[in-house]
Amino acid sequence: MIELSDYLTVAAILFSISMAGIFINRKNLIILLMCIELMLLAVNINFIAFSHFLGNADGQIFVFFILTVAAAEAAIGLALLVVLFRHRQTINVATLDELRG
Amino acid sequence: MISFAQTLFYLFSAIIIFAALRVVTVRNPIHAALYLVLTFFTTAALWILLEAEFLAITLVLVYVGAVMVLFLFVIMMLDIDLAVMREGFVRSLPVAGLVALVMLAIMVMVVGPQHFGMALYPAVTPHAADYSNTRELGRLLYTVYLYPFEIAAVILLVAIVAAIALTLRQRKDSRYQQVELQVAVERNDRLRIVSMPAEEPRP
Repeated sequence: MIELSDYLTVAAILFSISMAGIFINRKNLIILLMCIELMLLAVNINFIAFSHFLGNADGQIFVFFILTVAAAEAAIGLALLVVLFRHRQTINVATLDELRG
Repeated sequence: MISFAQTLFYLFSAIIIFAALRVVTVRNPIHAALYLVLTFFTTAALWILLEAEFLAITLVLVYVGAVMVLFLFVIMMLDIDLAVMREGFVRSLPVAGLVALVMLAIMVMVVGPQHFGMALYPAVTPHAADYSNTRELGRLLYTVYLYPFEIAAVILLVAIVAAIALTLRQRKDSRYQQVELQVAVERNDRLRIVSMPAEEPRP
């Protein structure tokens, strides 16, 4: 049978991959947004696996809200990206140093 | 003996991990978006194995159908210089791999079979055929979680307003109707009375 730890391990692998993706794609804002989506997906797998094995549907409600917030975040993030591209003609993160942080 | 469900689980997990690796390593952002679609789709299949049918379908409809299409639109609209984007890819690869492996090792130590194995979390019996996951979620959502549900609706509204307000721009070369000028117009602005003889004099 499939154990709970199997699902959790798959989610952990997915989270680690997206973490590595954020490191190696530092220049490309679109890939960074995709990596954030992958991280949220890994968290959602955890929620649903626990909801299934504990026999409690509350975990699925949490996934519902995470999906809502992730969709809103993707929409606003892409809108910011479009505005940024209009101003700078590039989405290279390395050139975004005007604040001198 | 590997059961049918286990076979499906390992197949889907392998596809998820392969597609996620391609998302972060592929060169072309459009290919990355398409591999992300594959990841979401296979995850939806995994969720159906976990008896979360409503959320699996929601993932396909909302994520694959709406969010990923939005990603593809934006990628196609922007003119991205791929060579610049790949700078530092190889250089940061060892660090990224090391961090990911250490994180993975720590997480597997926490979520491994000794803590979340079959002995502590036994397999649940599947629901009866007339059990409706959607009805159960709806009952919870409209009773216990009604207030967070309304807040989620407001968050979506704010997202719509923010996305439109950010990307809206006035074009200089387009012409608009100016209603206030049309309303404020007076008789003398439009009408000129010329005094002239009523008849042409006969020659």
